[in-house]
Amino acid sequence: MKPSQFQHHAPEQIDEVVGLLAEYGDDAKVLAGGQSLIPMMALRMAAYPHLVDIARVASLSTISASAGAVRVGAMVRQSRAERDASVAKVPLLAKAIPHIGHFQIRSRGTVGGSIAHADPASELPAVALALDARIEATGPGGVRHIDASEFFLSTWQTALDDGEILSAVEFPLWGANSGFAVEEIARRKGDFALIGALAGVTLDGARVARACITMIGVGSTPIRCHDAEAALIAGGADTDLDDIGRIAAAPLTPADDVHASAEYRQHVSPAIVRRALTAALKEARS
Amino acid sequence: MNDRTRVQLTVNGQREQVEVEPRALLADVLRDQLGLTGTHLACEHGVCGACTVLIDGEAARSCLVFAVQAEGASVTTVEGLTPPDGLSPVQEAMRDCHGLQCGFCTPGIVVSMTAYLDTHPNPTDAELRDAMSGNLCRCTGYQGILAAARQAADRMSASS
Ligand SMILES: Cc1cc2nc3c(=O)[nH]c(=O)nc-3n(C[C@H](O)[C@H](O)[C@H](O)COP(=O)(O)OP(=O)(O)OC[C@H]3O[C@@H](n4cnc5c(N)ncnc54)[C@H](O)[C@@H]3O)c2cc1C
Ligand code: FES
Ligand code: FES
Repeated sequence: MKPSQFQHHAPEQIDEVVGLLAEYGDDAKVLAGGQSLIPMMALRMAAYPHLVDIARVASLSTISASAGAVRVGAMVRQSRAERDASVAKVPLLAKAIPHIGHFQIRSRGTVGGSIAHADPASELPAVALALDARIEATGPGGVRHIDASEFFLSTWQTALDDGEILSAVEFPLWGANSGFAVEEIARRKGDFALIGALAGVTLDGARVARACITMIGVGSTPIRCHDAEAALIAGGADTDLDDIGRIAAAPLTPADDVHASAEYRQHVSPAIVRRALTAALKEARS
Repeated sequence: MNDRTRVQLTVNGQREQVEVEPRALLADVLRDQLGLTGTHLACEHGVCGACTVLIDGEAARSCLVFAVQAEGASVTTVEGLTPPDGLSPVQEAMRDCHGLQCGFCTPGIVVSMTAYLDTHPNPTDAELRDAMSGNLCRCTGYQGILAAARQAADRMSASS
């Protein structure tokens, strides 16, 4: 099917973007890479009289690295981030991007679009949550920062206010002796994950000094597994990773859908966490 | 609201100017206004890959790009990948390895394979399988397509 009619706005300044969103209110929608919005419009699940295309706002396409973080502009295409030397300093982000769809999707899809879209099976919201990223929002009141832990409210729902756009995401850097991994179960490479786990660890000798575990496809947002992280840090070098997987899975209440049953998701959750942790620990030790 | 907008873009090396509705998909503009019917449309929501073209050198779904977003861009379709005489190495490999049957998916496969091999000169079989996972074929089966990818990869790296 074809999308319904709309008026296309292509401002070059972020102030104009914010102005257009204020002017048209609920009738306007931000268009970034279009890889989620255009299918929804084509399927007539969504229709907006005004699309505010942010691709020509040059300030939204910058990537910059500071001592503690890498800041990725909202409009940075996923394919560019995949090849970028600064993004490579955030290994979990670099490893997650190739899991997004296919290279023909990543060439258009943006880092900010994926996070603002907040699909619970998406990889980049989970990366933001796992790394305690800071989301930069720009609106009529100027710029504010939102912690990733407070950003994802539900399926396709975020803490962005009406009239605000996601302008950038700051991903904190982890120190030496760290390792990261993304593990997913999908029917086919490139499909949305039925379930997935993203993990990061920092070692202090044989001990795990820092850990993050985030799961996707098991709730209406990506889910951070704090209890499992604490257990991994508290446990010694010989911690059974299956136990950590079970602790991560215990509070989950995944849903049934056409792709997989809740029971299946529950069943594979511990294993997928174990796999991600095994790979992250291996990388941290190497 | 259905005012037309003027879009200037380069298609297969040629400067073009079209008047389009903002909602016009790049795929439809290529086919209906520029007569480049090699680009096929099937699912129209990004899943099948039949509509794949190059935009500024990168493979993309032309069903998930409004023509207005392609203002100033350089677009290459399957027609633009075909040499004036004969076939490209990817097209030849598709023919040699029985990579097509009805041919509906073939333009998208040729564009995707060409784009991938241009940036990944020595892929493994597993990498080729991943790379081609974004293109659906409903009649040939994938073995011939993967064999074609292998042949094209080997010949292109041998000749470069
Ligand atoms: C076949 C296919 C497979 C896919 N597979 C995956 C997958 O496996 N994993 C995955 O994560 N994604 C997948 N995607 C989705 C893809 O990653 C999208 O690129 C991404 O979800 C949205 O990014 P976008 O830039 O294309 O945003 P758009 O489609 O332009 O926008 C999506 C939504 O976010 C809003 N938005 C975008 N940018 C901003 C902003 N800066 N501020 C405020 N709001 C904004 C828009 O208004 C819209 O509501 C797939 C898509 C397709 C077509
Ligand atoms: S028609 Fe574009 S991906 Fe199917
Ligand atoms: S050759 Fe018929 S769909 Fe692929």
